[in-house]
Amino acid sequence: MTHDGKKERVVITGMGIVCPLGHDIDSTWKAILAGKSGVAKTTIFDASTFPTTFSAEVKGYDFAKFTKNTQLHKDGNRGSKFAIGATVQACRQAGINIETNNPADGIDRKRMGIYLGAGEGAANHEAFFGAIAAGWDNQTSVMDWTKWAEVAATQMRAAHELEQEANMPAAHLAMLTGARGPVRGCLTACAASTQAVGEATMIIRRGDADIMIAGGAHSMIHPLGQTGFNRLTTLSTRNDSPETASRPFTASRDGFVLGEGAAIVILESLTSAKKRGAKILAEVIGYGSSSDAFRVTDMHEDGRGAIQAISAAIADAGITYKDVDYINTHGTSTAENDSIETKAIKAVFRERAKQIPVSSTKSMMGHLIGAAGAAELITCVLAIRDSIVPATINLNDPDPQLDLDYVPNVPRKMQVKTAMKESFGFGGQNNVVIIKKYED
Amino acid sequence: MGRTRVVITGIGAISPLGLTAKQTWEGLCSGKCGIRQIRSFDPAKFSCQLAGEVEEYKIQQYVPKSFRKATKLMSKDIELAVIAADEAVRDSGLITKAIDEQKINVNPERMAINIGAGLISCDPCELAPAVAKSIADGKFDIRKWGKEGLDLVTPLWLLKYLPNMLACHVGIIHDIQGPSNTITCAEVSGHIAIAEAAEVIARGNSDIALAGGAEAKVNPVLIMRQCLLKRSTSRHNDDPQRACRPFDADASGSVFGNGGGIVVLENLDNATKRGAKIYAEVVGTGQSTCINSAYEHIEPDGYGLTIAIEKALAQTNISPKDIDLIIPHGTGIPQDDLAEAKGIERALGKETKRIPVWPTKSMLSNTGAACGGLDIIAAVCAMRNGLIPAAKNYEKIAPGCNLNIVKENTKANIRYALCCGYTYGGQTAAVILRKFEN
Repeated sequence: MTHDGKKERVVITGMGIVCPLGHDIDSTWKAILAGKSGVAKTTIFDASTFPTTFSAEVKGYDFAKFTKNTQLHKDGNRGSKFAIGATVQACRQAGINIETNNPADGIDRKRMGIYLGAGEGAANHEAFFGAIAAGWDNQTSVMDWTKWAEVAATQMRAAHELEQEANMPAAHLAMLTGARGPVRGCLTACAASTQAVGEATMIIRRGDADIMIAGGAHSMIHPLGQTGFNRLTTLSTRNDSPETASRPFTASRDGFVLGEGAAIVILESLTSAKKRGAKILAEVIGYGSSSDAFRVTDMHEDGRGAIQAISAAIADAGITYKDVDYINTHGTSTAENDSIETKAIKAVFRERAKQIPVSSTKSMMGHLIGAAGAAELITCVLAIRDSIVPATINLNDPDPQLDLDYVPNVPRKMQVKTAMKESFGFGGQNNVVIIKKYED
Repeated sequence: MGRTRVVITGIGAISPLGLTAKQTWEGLCSGKCGIRQIRSFDPAKFSCQLAGEVEEYKIQQYVPKSFRKATKLMSKDIELAVIAADEAVRDSGLITKAIDEQKINVNPERMAINIGAGLISCDPCELAPAVAKSIADGKFDIRKWGKEGLDLVTPLWLLKYLPNMLACHVGIIHDIQGPSNTITCAEVSGHIAIAEAAEVIARGNSDIALAGGAEAKVNPVLIMRQCLLKRSTSRHNDDPQRACRPFDADASGSVFGNGGGIVVLENLDNATKRGAKIYAEVVGTGQSTCINSAYEHIEPDGYGLTIAIEKALAQTNISPKDIDLIIPHGTGIPQDDLAEAKGIERALGKETKRIPVWPTKSMLSNTGAACGGLDIIAAVCAMRNGLIPAAKNYEKIAPGCNLNIVKENTKANIRYALCCGYTYGGQTAAVILRKFEN
C-alpha cells in the first residue's frame, strides 16, 4: 500500500436528488429558495399516537419514472428506490449511459465506482411484531422461539429481508449503471453521505477510479426508527405546527425532524471530465474526518471532534479559514448540536466567524439521516452556481447564546466561491467536505 | 512525497474457536470446528439449526473501569468489536488511554478507526413487553404501540443497534480522535474496512488505524433471514461438524456465526521508530462489484471478484506466480463457491492449480462483517508460522471448481497471501499481504 503523491483534481459533473422538497434538482432548489417546508403529518405509517406525529416525507414519488427495469428493482427498500431516481438524474446530467450493456459514453466501467452512505430498509413490521406477539409469554417473560419462528417463516419474505441490508442500495445502482470500479457503503449515522463523498473523492484523487457515483440514501420514517428517536427524545414534538418544527438556532428549538430521501453527485477526475467534455459544476477540494471519542450519547462539549474535522478539511483543501464563503451546517435543530456547532465554527473561524453566512437547510427538508450530507452538499453547489445562499427558515426567535449569521428566513444574494458542508454523526463521527467554484 | 508503507502490528480475534487470536489460530491448526447446535435460542423450527457461537465472556473485563456502565449500551456486535480491539491494541504494544492512562504512547489525533459492521438486528425479547402492551383484538396495533408500548422501550435502545456504534465505542475506549468510518458492505465489510484504513494511512491522514469488522449473526431474525434466502444448509442439523463444506462436492449451504477480527495498521516509519513487532505488510487492495439480478448470490462467472483480484495484483505490482496462499470467501453455498472459483481462476490463470487455497468457514462459520478481519488474521498467522492448516470438511472438489484446496496441514514459505471477499448485494474485495522484510 503506497502513495506516490500524484493527485488528481476531483470535480462534480452531475447531481440528482429525491427529497421531501422535490424529486429533482430544479424543484428542490426552487422550494429551498422560496423557503418552503417539507414537513407534514406522517402518512407512511400511523404515527398519530407517537410523541411525534409528523416528518419530512418524500411524497408522490414513483421510481418507475426513472427506470425501465421496474421488475428488477421492485423489492428495493425506500432508500434504494430514491437512490435510483437521484442516480438517473445525476448520470443524465453527467452524460453517463445507464441500463445498457453497450455504453457509448466512453467511460470504462472498471474505472467507475459507487460510494453510498446508505441506511437500512424498514422491517416488515406486521411480520416482525406479529412474530414477537406470537412467541412471547408476558406472564413468564419467556419467548417461545418455536411459535416465533412459525410466524416469522411464513410472513417474512426472503427478498424483503435481503433488501433491508444497508449494502443493497449500492447493488441496485451497480445494476443500473454497470459500475465495476470500487463499490463501498458506509453508515456513519448522520454523517454517512458526507463521508461517502469525501472517501470517494480520495479514491479518485489517488487514481483508483475516474468516476464515483457518491452520496446517500435513507429512510428511517418507520415505526422502529421513530420509536428509537422518540425514546432518545431527539425529535421535535411540535405536533401542532409541523412546518415550523425544524427551527435550527432558535431559542425554542426542541429537536430534529425525521426526513428521508437520496442525493447523488457524480465525482470525476478533472482529466476525465475534460476528456469527455463534461460540464463541471464545482470542484471538491477538501475532506476531513474525525471522531469525538467522548460519549455515544453526546457530542464533545467543546466541539473537539467537529473542530478537528473542519480543520482537517481546510488543511486538505490547502486553504485557510479566511477562504470559506459559506457554511452549510449540520444544523439539526437540537439544543445540543446547534450550540456546539456554533462553538466549533467560532473556534475555527475566529474573527471571521460572524461574517460567514452559515445556514441550515434542514429547516426546510428535515433530517435525511444517512442521506442528509449529500443532499445539503448539493445546495452548496447550487449556491456557488447561482450566487445565492439558502436561508434557515423558522428563525424568528434567535437563541441569544447563538450569535452567528444564520441567514434567517430569506436567502441571500452573494458571490460564493468556496463552500463547506459539515456533518456530525450520532456517536461522534464527524465529516466535512469543502467545494469550490471550478476554475481551470 | 515519499512512499508510505502500511504494516500490521497487532491482531485481535474473537471467534467460535476462541476468545483470542491465539486460540483461534490453534483451533484452525488442529482442525477444530466452531459450529454446533444453536444454544442462545431454541432453533427447532429453523431450517438451519446450527451456528458458530462464541463461548461465554464477561465484557466488563475488556473495558476500563470507567467504561463499565457504558457496556449496558452494547449489543453483542459491539461487544465482539470491543474485545477484538482490546486484544489487537495490547498485542501491538501501543498504550492507549484504555491500556494505561499514565503511559500513553500514541497521539489520539493521529489514530484512525474503521470497523465494518452488519445491519444489527435488535433482540426481539427486548421489545416483547412493549409489543405485548400493544395488542388489540389479538393483533399488533400501531396506535397502541405509539400510546402505550413505546414507553416500555428503554430510552437508549436505538444506540445499541446503530452499526456505527462499534467504531464509536472502540474509539471512545481507546481515545481515537482521527478519521473514523463504518463500512457496511455485509460479508465483505471487514476486507474493505482494512483496505480503506490502509489508504487513510497511506495518504497521510493518520499514522495508526484500528480496522476490521465484527458481527453477531446468531440472532433469530438474522438466522431466519439466511434460512429464508436458502443460503444456510438444512442438511446437517444432526451433524454440525460436517455442515459447512466450502468447495466440497457435498456442500449444501453456509452456516452463520459470531465473531470479530481487528488489526492494528501502522505507517512503517512509525512502527519501526517504536520498535514494534511487524506481522505483515498490506501491499495491495482491489475492489469491484458483481452485477447480477439474483443478487443474493455472486454472479455466476465471478467476474466482479476477478476484477478486484486483478486490481490488487496490479497495485502490488506482482504476478499470480508470486502468490503462495489464497484465503477465499468460500461460504459452502455451492453456486457461490463455483462462481468464486471461476472468478479466482480467471484472475490467476494457470497458477491457480499451484496456489494453496484455504477456506476457513468450515471451522469459523460465516461471521458476516467479521469474515475479512478474521481471514486476514488467519493469513498473517499462516505467514508467521510458515504453516497452512488443512481445510476442514474438504474431501472431493465440487465439479467445476479448479482450485488447489489444502487437504492437510502444510508447511509453506508464504511471501504473498491473497484474501478475497464478496457479499450478497455484490461488493467484492481482494487484499494482498506480504511477509514483512525490511
